[in-house]
Amino acid sequence: MSGDIILLGLAGVIASGAPIVIAVIGETLTERAGVINLSLNGVILLSAMLGFWVSVETNSLFLGFLAGTLVGALVATIVAFSSITLKQSQVAVGFILAITCRDLAYFLGNPIMGSQGPIMLSSSVPLLRDIPILGKILFQQSLMTYLSIILIFVAWYWIFKTRPGLMLQGIGEKPAAAFVRGANVLKMRYVYTIVGGALVGLAGPLYTLSVKPGWKGTITGLDGIGWIVLAITIFGGWNPVRAAFGAYLFAFLQWLGLVLQPYMTSIPSQVLQVAPFPLMILALLFVNLGNTEWMDRLLATLPEKMRLRAIKIIRTMQSQPPGALGTPFERQ
Amino acid sequence: MNQMQNRSLSFLFQIGGLILAVLFVTIILVLVDAKPLDAFRLIWEGATGNSTRVASVFVVWVPLLLVTCGLLATFTAGLWNIGIEGQITVGAIFTTGVMRLFLGSSVSPVIVIILSMLAGMLGGAIWAALAGLLKTFGGVNEIFGGLGLNFIATALNIGLIFGAWSRPGIASMSGTEPFPEQFWLPTFQGFRISLWSIGFAIIGLVIIYFLLQGTHFGLRLKAVGKGIKSAFRMGIPTWQHMMLSFVICGLFAGLAGAIQVTGVYHRLIPSISSGYGFMGLMIAMLINFQAIWLAPIALFFAALNIGGIQLPIVMKLDSALTGVLQGSLVLFVLLMQGVKQRFAEKK
Amino acid sequence: MNIEFRNINKSFGPVRANIDLNFSIKSGTIYGILGENGAGKSTLMKILSGFYKPDSGQILLNGKPVIIESPADAIKYGIGMLHQDPLDFPPMRIIENFIVGQKGGLIPSYKETIHEFKELQTKFGFTLDPEAYVDTLTVGERQQLEILRLLWMGANALILDEPTTGISAQQKEKLFAALRILAEQGKTIIFVSHKLEDVEILCGKVAILRKGILVGELPAPYQTDKLVEMMFGKVITLGDRNNVSQSNIVFELKNIFVEQYPMRIENVNFRLQAGEVIGLAGMEGSGQDVLLRACVGLIRPISGSVIVIGKDLTGKNYHEFMKNGVSFLPASRLEEGLVPGLTLAEHFTIAGEETKGLFIDKEYFKQKAEKMIDEYHIIGHQSSTVESLSGGNQQRAALSLLRNSLSIILLEHPTRGLDIESAIYMWGKLKERCMLGTSIFFISGDLEEILQYSDRILVFFSGHVSPPLDAVTTSLDQLGQLIGGKGWDQVFDIQENYESNAKS
Repeated sequence: MSGDIILLGLAGVIASGAPIVIAVIGETLTERAGVINLSLNGVILLSAMLGFWVSVETNSLFLGFLAGTLVGALVATIVAFSSITLKQSQVAVGFILAITCRDLAYFLGNPIMGSQGPIMLSSSVPLLRDIPILGKILFQQSLMTYLSIILIFVAWYWIFKTRPGLMLQGIGEKPAAAFVRGANVLKMRYVYTIVGGALVGLAGPLYTLSVKPGWKGTITGLDGIGWIVLAITIFGGWNPVRAAFGAYLFAFLQWLGLVLQPYMTSIPSQVLQVAPFPLMILALLFVNLGNTEWMDRLLATLPEKMRLRAIKIIRTMQSQPPGALGTPFERQ
Repeated sequence: MNQMQNRSLSFLFQIGGLILAVLFVTIILVLVDAKPLDAFRLIWEGATGNSTRVASVFVVWVPLLLVTCGLLATFTAGLWNIGIEGQITVGAIFTTGVMRLFLGSSVSPVIVIILSMLAGMLGGAIWAALAGLLKTFGGVNEIFGGLGLNFIATALNIGLIFGAWSRPGIASMSGTEPFPEQFWLPTFQGFRISLWSIGFAIIGLVIIYFLLQGTHFGLRLKAVGKGIKSAFRMGIPTWQHMMLSFVICGLFAGLAGAIQVTGVYHRLIPSISSGYGFMGLMIAMLINFQAIWLAPIALFFAALNIGGIQLPIVMKLDSALTGVLQGSLVLFVLLMQGVKQRFAEKK
Repeated sequence: MNIEFRNINKSFGPVRANIDLNFSIKSGTIYGILGENGAGKSTLMKILSGFYKPDSGQILLNGKPVIIESPADAIKYGIGMLHQDPLDFPPMRIIENFIVGQKGGLIPSYKETIHEFKELQTKFGFTLDPEAYVDTLTVGERQQLEILRLLWMGANALILDEPTTGISAQQKEKLFAALRILAEQGKTIIFVSHKLEDVEILCGKVAILRKGILVGELPAPYQTDKLVEMMFGKVITLGDRNNVSQSNIVFELKNIFVEQYPMRIENVNFRLQAGEVIGLAGMEGSGQDVLLRACVGLIRPISGSVIVIGKDLTGKNYHEFMKNGVSFLPASRLEEGLVPGLTLAEHFTIAGEETKGLFIDKEYFKQKAEKMIDEYHIIGHQSSTVESLSGGNQQRAALSLLRNSLSIILLEHPTRGLDIESAIYMWGKLKERCMLGTSIFFISGDLEEILQYSDRILVFFSGHVSPPLDAVTTSLDQLGQLIGGKGWDQVFDIQENYESNAKS
C-alpha cells in the first residue's frame, strides 16, 4: 500500500515537473543562441492567467495553451528587439519585463480570480501503463506531461545531432565564426528567443489548467517559478537532459516539503513550501565552485593524485555557459 | 552634434517613452472596460488630494529613496543586487528582534529605537554580504544568489510571524503584536510621516552622491564595475570593493527595513519590504544610475503607489496597475534610449 | 581564379585604410601582400572576403565584376579566408566544426564526412583526429582544420592572414608545402604577412602596402633591402642593443612547478639581474604566458618559490607583488590593462602613488594627466575615455601609468598591433627604465623583437623551458628551430654546463 503512495508521488513529481521542464528547455534554447531572457517569472504568471482566462471563456484547453504560447512569444519578441536590435542590456530589459508582466497578470486577472475552468485530465497509454512501476509513474499522465518528456529528447537531439543545432551552438559560442559560415546570426537569435519564449509561455497554462488548477491572484503560488527555471538552466549546463534532471529534482523537493509537513510540525508549513527555492539556488554552488579563483589556488596546494582527481570531478560538475552569452553581435 | 543638442534630443526621446507608457496603460484600461481618464485622475487625487495623502506619499518615498541610494553603490560596482528585497526584510527582522528584547525593560525608548535601527542596518548588511560571499567564493551570480537569499528571508520572516514571534493565540498574516507607542519613530501631529525618517533619507542621498561622485573609493568602485580585470591589475582589491558595495547597499536597505518597522507598521508583517527593493532597481535604471535625478523620480513612483490604493476602492481595479505603469515607463524609456542611439549612429 | 582589384577605396571615419588600390592576382600563384601593422592589408582582405563593402571600386573575378555581400557570399564565389584568430568553435569536436555551415539535410552523416575528411587531409599530410575537441589543438592544427574546411566548401582562392604567427617551424613547413600543392592545382593563394622571410621563400610575387597605398609590386627573387625600404618608406634603425644589467639579483625562481590544466611547467630555475631584459620565446600556448602569470602571483605555483629582491613572495597574490615593485602589462589592453569607460584623468587618479584623502582633487589629476599625455606623446585628451584611443596610444597610456620606481616590469606582447614607430617608441621608454635599474621580462611571438631587445632568452616548447640563452650568440634560425622543438639536445648540453658552472 505505501509503495503505491510512493509511486503516486513520483508520478506527481513527473507531472508537476512538466511545466518546469518545458520552460527550462525553452530558456536553454534561447541561451544557446546567446540571448538571456530574464523575463520568465513574469511571463509564466501572465501566460498562466491569460491561458486560464481564455480556457474559461472558450471552454477549450487547446486555445488556453495557445494563448499562453502567444504571450511567451510576444514578450520574447520584446526581449529580442531590445537586446538584438537596440543593443540594450538584456538583464535590464528582462528584469523590467519580469516585474511588469507579473503586475499585469495580477491586474488583468482580478476579475477571474477563483473562477472554475476546465482541467486537463490524464490519459493513460494502453499497454505501456501495465509495465510494473514505470507504467504507474510515466504512463498515466496528461498529454502535456508526455509532451514535456518527449521535448527533452527532441531538444537534446536537435542541439547536439542536427545540422541547424550545430549552427545554434556556434551562434551562441562564437557568432563571428557562425557568421562566416553563412549563418544569419541576428535572425537566428530572434528565432530561438521567440521559440524559447513560446515554450516558456506554454508552462503557465500548464499550471493553471492542470498542475495547480485555477487562478487565485497573488496566492496562486507561481511567483518565483520563473527565477527557479533560470537557475535550473545554469544548473543544467545548457544541456536539455541535465536541465530536465534539475527540473525533476526541484519538483521532488517540493513534493518532499508536502510529504514531510505532518512530521515536522515545529516548522511552519509556509517555510517548508518555500524551502525548495533556496535549495535549488544552493545547487548552483556545486556547478560554479570550479569557476572561482580560490578553488584554483586551493587545488594548487593539493598533492598530485588528489589534485588530478579533484580537477576531474570539478570539470564534470562544472557548467560552462555558451561563449557569447549575453553579448550582442556586430558584423565588425 | 554638440552636447546641448544631444541632451535635448535625449530628453525628447525620454518624453516619448513616457507618452508610450501612458498610451500602453490606457490601452490596457480600455481593454478591461475602465475609463482611463478616471483612473489617471483617481491616482493623481489619491496621491495629492489632501495633506494626509501627501504625507503618505512621503512615507513611501523615504524607504524607496534609501533603497535606491544603496543600489546605486552596487550598480556602480557592476552588480545586480536583486537580493535587495531580502536585505530590507532581514533589516526589519533584526529591528523587530532587538526591540522585542527591550519590551518591558526600563531602558530609555530613544536608546531602544536607536539600537534597533542600528541592528536593522547590520541585518541588511549581513544579508547583502552573504550575496557577496556567494558571488566571490561560490561563483554564484549575484542575481541568483540574491534571489535565493530573498526566498530564505521571506521564509524566515513568515516563520517568525507564525512561529516564535506570533501574537498570543492568533498567528495571522496581519503580523506580530504591535509595539507600544513609545517605541515608534515620532511623527508629525496627526500624520504618519516622521521628520526623522525624512532626515535619514536626505542624509543618505547626500552621502551616496558625494561618495560616488567625489571620492577615491567611488572612482575605484566605478573602475571595478567597468572592467574588473583591469581594475585588479591597476592595484584595486576588487572583491573587497564588491563586498563593500554590497555592505553599503545592505546598510541602506536595512535602514529602510528598520523604518518600515519603527516608523510605518510598528510591527513585523509578512510583506514588510512592500516590493520597494525591486521598485528601487527600476528607479535606478530609469535615472540611468545618476543620483541627481533620484529624489524627484522616487517621489513620482511613491505618488503612483499611494494613488493606486484608490483604484480597488473606487473603481474595483487591482492596484497592480501602478506597477504596470511604472514598469512600462522604465521599459519604454530604455527602449527609446536604444532607438535614439541607433538614430545617432545613422547620422 | 584570377582576382583583380580596381580603384578600391575604404575609409573608417577620418582614417583612409585603402586608397585607390589597383592590382591583379593570377590563378595558380602564391601572391604575397606585405606591409606593417596598419598598412591596410587586412582591410583589403576583408573587402575581398565580404566583411566590408568598399566605399568605391570594383573586384573582378576571372574578369567579371562581382559584388561580395558577406563572407558566406564570398565562399560561394570560391573565396575563403583563414583568419589570424581561427574562427572556429573551441568546445566542439573537429568533425562538428567541419560540418557547421555545410549545406545538406537535417541530420549530417558523420561516417561519410569523417571518411571524406580523412581522405582530404592525407593529400596534404595532415594528421588530425576528427573526434578531437578543437580546444585541445594548437594554433597550427586549427589552421589546418580551417584550410581543409574551406577547401571542402569549394574555395578556389585562399586568403591567409598572418598565418605564421604562433605556429611551430614544422607546422610552418607543412603549411607552406600544402600551399604549394594548392597553387599547383591552380588555386589562388593570397599570403598576407609582415614577415619578410616568409614572403621571400613562399611567394612568387608580392604587393607592398604602406598607409593604405600600393607602393609597388615585385616578382621573386627579392632583395630584402628593397622590400624593407618599400614597406617602411625609409631605412629603419632599431635602437642599439645595450646591456645595462647590474650584478645584483632582483628576481629569482627556484624549482618552480606551475600547472594550468592541461599545461604543466616543471622545474624552472632562473635569476634576473637588475636592468636586464629577458625575452620569453615560444609559439603561442607553449607555457610562457602561464609562467609569466605565475611570476606575478596571478597563478599560484604548486611548488617552488618566487623571490623578489630577497623577499619570498610564493603564493602571494598580484597586489603583494605590486607592493614590492613588480608590475604586469597584459596583452589584452582593454580587458586586463585599462578600464574602458574611464577617462585618462581617472586612470591617473587610480594609478597615482600620491597619498589619497577621502575626496579626489580633480584639478590636480587633470593637470597630471595633461602632463603625462604631453610627455608620452599620447594623442588624446585628459577627458577621453581609453577605448576611444588607438591601440598605440592605449599602449603609451598603459606605459605612462606605470609607477616610477619599479624593480621589474613584465609584459605580454608589448608591441602587438602597434605600428613600427610606436613599437620603437615603446622600447625606447622601456630601455630608459632599464638604465634606472628596472628589469624587463617579456613575451613576444615576434622572434626578431626578442633577439633585438633581450639580453637573455628563455625558450618554451610545450611546457619545457630552456635555460637562459645569450641573445648575442643566438641566431634567428636557431631560435626558430628551438620554438619548434628542434635542437634541444644542444641546449640541454648548455644546461649541464650551466649547472656545473653554478656548482663550481
